[in-house]
Amino acid sequence: MQELLRIEDLAVSFALPHRSVYAVRQVSLAVQPGECIGVVGESGSGKTQVFMAAMGLLGSNAASTGSVRFGGKEILGANPKQLNRIRGSKLTMIFQDPMTSLTPHLKIGTQLAEVLVVHAGKSWHDARAAACRMLERVRVPEAERRLNQYPHELSGGLRQRVMIGMSLLCEPMLVIADEPTTALDVTVQAQIIALLDAMRREVGMALVLISHDLGVVAGLADRILVVYAGRVVESASAIELFRQPQHPYTAELLKCIPSLSGPRLERLPTLPGQPPRPGDSADGCAFAPRCRWVAERCRKERPMLRAKDAMHDAQVACHFPLVT
Amino acid sequence: MNASSKGELMLRVRDLRVDFGSRTALCDVGFDLFAGETLGLVGESGSGKSTMARAILRLVRAVRGSVEWRGRDLLSCDATELRRQRRELQIVFQDPLASLNPRMTVGEIVSEPLRIFEPTMDAGARLIRVGAMLETVGLSTGVIGRYPHEFSGGQCQRIGIARAMIQRPRLLICDEPVSSLDVSIQGQIVNLLLDLQRDTGTAMIFISHNLAVIRHLSHRILVIYSGRLVEIASRDALFGSPIHPYTRALLAAVPPARPVPRGESPEPHPAPEIASGRAPAGGCAYRDRCRYAVAACATAVPLLEEVAPEHWVACHRARDLIA
Repeated sequence: MQELLRIEDLAVSFALPHRSVYAVRQVSLAVQPGECIGVVGESGSGKTQVFMAAMGLLGSNAASTGSVRFGGKEILGANPKQLNRIRGSKLTMIFQDPMTSLTPHLKIGTQLAEVLVVHAGKSWHDARAAACRMLERVRVPEAERRLNQYPHELSGGLRQRVMIGMSLLCEPMLVIADEPTTALDVTVQAQIIALLDAMRREVGMALVLISHDLGVVAGLADRILVVYAGRVVESASAIELFRQPQHPYTAELLKCIPSLSGPRLERLPTLPGQPPRPGDSADGCAFAPRCRWVAERCRKERPMLRAKDAMHDAQVACHFPLVT
Repeated sequence: MNASSKGELMLRVRDLRVDFGSRTALCDVGFDLFAGETLGLVGESGSGKSTMARAILRLVRAVRGSVEWRGRDLLSCDATELRRQRRELQIVFQDPLASLNPRMTVGEIVSEPLRIFEPTMDAGARLIRVGAMLETVGLSTGVIGRYPHEFSGGQCQRIGIARAMIQRPRLLICDEPVSSLDVSIQGQIVNLLLDLQRDTGTAMIFISHNLAVIRHLSHRILVIYSGRLVEIASRDALFGSPIHPYTRALLAAVPPARPVPRGESPEPHPAPEIASGRAPAGGCAYRDRCRYAVAACATAVPLLEEVAPEHWVACHRARDLIA
């Protein structure tokens, strides 16, 4: 099967008044059809910018280099007209805040139908009927009535369901979901995750799930990429990553997730220090200042992302990967 | 509500009610808080968590009820008395940057409570106190002349905590203090609060929607739904044998700590959401989302009842659900 999305050596930089800073560097990844990839990182790690660049959604002060191929075609730097042939239909994105990503003064039905009118050339009448069916599919109660409502009349969870429905209208091959549950309550979050999972199985699309929350990603992703300071530091199957993290950052991050089971701790495990800010540049490993296994080499030479051995497809960017 | 008091009764809240216009944000809220105790307050957005914090500090006006702080009613006392009492009551807010005045230096921010409450203290002594406090929260004295925007979210939260703790308050309310922080930073801030509490004996109300965080630092937990307390229990009872269907749904909705191989995941039963986001009026506010709802739930509001020692639940079906 052909790769759906291949990103090669992507770099994203932002121009500031007197200098430019890199938010993303040397990121390469591939998404296979039907696969779910989790992209995990702290705020400011560049995880979102990778996919904003891929979608051609970077601001005017940003520049991107490298290559992004979707279905074999280069789309990095493509003009909006070319991009719009796939964006919103074959390649769609769901954002964190379902309120600000819906247009407040248009009815739900209009916003959904518009997607099909623009991308699939349907008549408004047919598009509206299809929109209603989609709302039912994403488990929106009273779908018909919702079409005539405005976004503010819906709860946050329902708005996110509408966004998910909208992203699925044209039977996309790839949906990129950027923190789709971060703005929602835990009970609603669990339902949205279940919905994304069900939709992936029903529709068969690939899903990129971007999140700061390893727990959210754990339930859905086949494979997880961990991003730190603009670079991928580890990539492994979800099961493998949780079972045997190889990068010290991943290992520490996993320890930091407070759990509902197991012994209660007097103190929470912590990761000392701060993540570097974009623009902080050092020669060595970006994680070196916070790493408890740091060695001299880590401060001088940047580790490249490479496979541990030929047996595994797991990759890690560390001079001294953790082995158990 | 807690007979086996570990320490001195500090805060006694009874029958607290807050209305915003025609909408009731908080109703029939009552609980006790003892010295050195940490009370976790969980609930979803809009459930009244922050309103409760603000009503206790009289930052929003309660229409009914009493908030007794060490025997003195904060809701009925005059402004001078309120100010005197507030010295002992501090709050740390969710958004660390927005809660710091951008035009004040860190030194000015952290020393402001001293300038207000201890106006006779000379500048030198104040500077020493501020420097010591900054070091306690893990910052250096070198940050005194810098401004909030120069710091990360976690560091700003440390500044907020330094400001709250410099008066050595006896009650610290933390309103989602780690929710906007990265996972790797959350633990640092939670541990800092735990250390401060251990060293000062401050009573704490810790508001969060993150049950795992709440579990690690609370002695007792209040669960709030749609403006009413629906369950009060010790940490072990709440996490070990939750009774209220909403508490159970909350616990079931927490993402797994690690991936579960396909097909093996136990089917969670998180509560369905209400379409409008608004709870129904009259009766139990949770009934539309509740798997156990019966006819009685639509007619009478369930009141908190002690169904097991120190375990209070507001649910008509509580007795059936204990098993």
